[in-house]
Amino acid sequence: MSNKAVAGNRGDDIRSDCYVELELTKNKGIQIDLQSKVKTLFGDSIIELCKKELKFFGLKNCIIKIEDTGALDYVLAARIEAAIKQLIDTDKEYLLDLLPQNKYKTKKDRYRRSRLYLPGNTPKLALNAGIHKPDGVILDLEDSVAPAKKFEAAILVRNALRSVDFYGTERMVRINQIPKGLDDLKYIVPHNVNLILVPKCESAEQIKLVNEKIDKILNKHNLSYNIFLMPIIESALGVIKAYEIATVAENVVALAIGLEDYTADLGTQRTKEGKETFLARCQIVNAAKAAGIQAIDSVFSDVSDMEALKQNVLESKSLGFDGMGCIHPRQIKVIHEFFAPNEKEIDKAKKIVNAFHIATEKGLGVVSLGSKMIDPPVVKRAQRTIEQAIDAGKLKKNWRNNYAG
Amino acid sequence: MPVKSIKNAVGRLIPETINGKPVIPFQGVGKYKPTGRKFAPKIVTCADYPLDGNKLVPNLKEALIKAGIKDGMTISTHHHFRNGDLIAVEIFKIAQQLGIKDLVWYPSASFPCQEPIIEQLENGTIHHIEGSMNGALGRFTSQGKMKGVGVLRSHGGRYQAVQDGDVVIDIAVIAAPTADPFGNANGVEGPSACGLLGFALADSQYADKVIVVTDNLVDFPCIPWQIHGNYVDYVVQMGQIGIPEKIVSGTTQITKSPDRLLIAEMTAQFCDEAGLIKDGFSFQAGAGGTALSIGVFFGEIMRRKGIKARFARGGSNKYLVDILEEGLVEYILDGQTFDLDGVRSMRDNPRHVNTSPFTSYNYHGKGNFAGIVDIVILGATEVDVNFNANVVTHSDGYLLHGIGGWQNCLFGKNVILPIPLFRDRIPVIREEVTTICGPGELIDIIVTERGIAINPLRKDLIDKMKDSKLPIKTIHELKEEAERICGKPKAAEFEEKIIAAIKWVDGTVIDVVKQVKK
Repeated sequence: MSNKAVAGNRGDDIRSDCYVELELTKNKGIQIDLQSKVKTLFGDSIIELCKKELKFFGLKNCIIKIEDTGALDYVLAARIEAAIKQLIDTDKEYLLDLLPQNKYKTKKDRYRRSRLYLPGNTPKLALNAGIHKPDGVILDLEDSVAPAKKFEAAILVRNALRSVDFYGTERMVRINQIPKGLDDLKYIVPHNVNLILVPKCESAEQIKLVNEKIDKILNKHNLSYNIFLMPIIESALGVIKAYEIATVAENVVALAIGLEDYTADLGTQRTKEGKETFLARCQIVNAAKAAGIQAIDSVFSDVSDMEALKQNVLESKSLGFDGMGCIHPRQIKVIHEFFAPNEKEIDKAKKIVNAFHIATEKGLGVVSLGSKMIDPPVVKRAQRTIEQAIDAGKLKKNWRNNYAG
Repeated sequence: MPVKSIKNAVGRLIPETINGKPVIPFQGVGKYKPTGRKFAPKIVTCADYPLDGNKLVPNLKEALIKAGIKDGMTISTHHHFRNGDLIAVEIFKIAQQLGIKDLVWYPSASFPCQEPIIEQLENGTIHHIEGSMNGALGRFTSQGKMKGVGVLRSHGGRYQAVQDGDVVIDIAVIAAPTADPFGNANGVEGPSACGLLGFALADSQYADKVIVVTDNLVDFPCIPWQIHGNYVDYVVQMGQIGIPEKIVSGTTQITKSPDRLLIAEMTAQFCDEAGLIKDGFSFQAGAGGTALSIGVFFGEIMRRKGIKARFARGGSNKYLVDILEEGLVEYILDGQTFDLDGVRSMRDNPRHVNTSPFTSYNYHGKGNFAGIVDIVILGATEVDVNFNANVVTHSDGYLLHGIGGWQNCLFGKNVILPIPLFRDRIPVIREEVTTICGPGELIDIIVTERGIAINPLRKDLIDKMKDSKLPIKTIHELKEEAERICGKPKAAEFEEKIIAAIKWVDGTVIDVVKQVKK
């Protein structure tokens, strides 16, 4: 093994991060060289953290240089650990406390209209992701992380799951493609991740492998909780196998589609009209619905064109998708607004839900609207439409107070 | 010799004298009421000026010599050229060549382009600055390297100080984008057009000698005559007085940061829900990215509601001019133009009005219009749990910004500070601000991306917002949230030496800044 290692990021655009250079020495003790733009205010606490962590990993002689651009403790700790683990062989993990507010679980059929991608190795984007109120955040270990940075990103994502408050949004991680992605699981499974995205999924077998590994890790840590899976279908084969993938395990809660890779696999170009992906999108929606789970559309990548995003959302919704990915927080509002029911849908849902309440109040077992009987699934869907409308601010919570019918 | 200190009305220790002059500690908002008469400049006679109105002298050096430049004088400049100013640096280079010492520089604000002045501060040409000490000049001052103590004033406070005779300007140098040989001048024409010259108004009225410097000399009359030649002693024609692309700085763009846009959106929504955005209202939004975005959101709300604003207070730029031209606001009352659209609009649109610190901000007048503005959007480097705010120092103790019109704007009806809860791990909401620039009683609402705090004094607003979906929190909750995320920062440490005084709008001293610990 070498006696020098680096971890983290530096440069003009880098903020809320740090760059660590570590060199093992023979007998000079611990030397810490800290450059930080918050040195006056946090210099002492950074040095204390650094000493504690070096001690935890049993390092007695080293030179450590930290260039800090306002990294929080979880980032500093992750970078230091990533540097250390390149130089010594250890299974130990330097874990900060899991925030009590990060201990929540999510439900299988919760909203998944928007899920915000966050490059796993870029701390400044993770910190404020939750305040934009996406339905989910994705800490990404796959395409947004350079191959050489995969290792330090996994440690950073692990720490983010424990230390960053995402304000109740579903905490997701996209692992790498299977089989490599199986190695990512040990960094995320014990830290209350809510959902794992499995990219470039092409077989039910891959999902089984993921679940086996998850169970093993949970057992090892004496944990038992549900972790949901969202396979991403990104190839012609994946599209063919979509239904098998959707039904292979109880914890598969949604199928997502990734169109960039899919069109590459077809050997064609992705167009605005999307004719080339129409079949695949319909197939995914159909497979998901047949399996009783959600269908999630690909991301829309022009972050400055909100009008085109709106059209994209409306088309997604009309095809039967329940949500889509986003790559910029400003997309969230548009996605929520246009996945939300429109006036016509709300009016219809109001009639049905109102009829349901009247029937319940009268103690009737059957809900009817005019001369029509309303089936329970229709009531359920209408209730969900109402919920979505309230959530999108299109309907007041107490709408029934002055509902004339 | 130890200087005696007195505790002022916000609990800060203020020395009895600064730069050898006695000072009055801040006594509370509206408490200090000076008596006596204003400062009066000397009587002059036309007999001493050319009857044909030609006051041209060949160059700036000669003008300064004719004006009688000597040791210890106070030389004033204005900052309408922002970071493109070429004149201030030139003046002090000439002073140095002439062997002059211990000048006081009295700019209406300083900019990074004036960093070379550090040479004259170091070699004793300049004794100290009374104005603002931004960036490198602030760092220099904070390290205790300036000979005298810096004095920071608001734009209104600067007018007040001149008018009251707290500061006597010996020589005012007014860089003018267009002027005639008589000294009439304006900022709307010429290659260095900057819109207006309001910050130089007091200087022209009260300075002992006034020099107008221009790179666009026109025949008499120079119309509009924003500066009247009747106040002017000498006119100098030069090749270039400013760098046009830096005069309009280009920093005044709408923010692209999603976090700041969220703050802007929350601010606009707050104002809407609180009933502040109504037909005939007025607002002021500064030049920062967040503030600009708030103006744009205001525009959307006005369009939706089909209402108009009576006036908007500038700093103007494209975005404000757009909504003026769309008819969403009836007037822009402008203190400075930030881009070419602002300059063009001020030149061509009679509803785009140039103002000076006298009309907008002067506290020792029979009113000013800052108090008439309904919604005022301002920034801050720090706010404390008593809503006191800081705009001049950073949490590490360094003096890096001026006050600008900030203190004066605090008299608006609803003062809102949209600020991030923390910047690069540094919490913005503190137990106590490093430097108090404005007392909390004048600050009504803090909007951060993680919550909005309403000053407990504003029971009306608290009541109006009690059913809002916006995250209304207490200022203490915000502070704790910031510290939960960032950790609790250590306080900055200082030496004993005072390096700058912060004046309140009435000329009293609200706080001092000390040298940062070595």
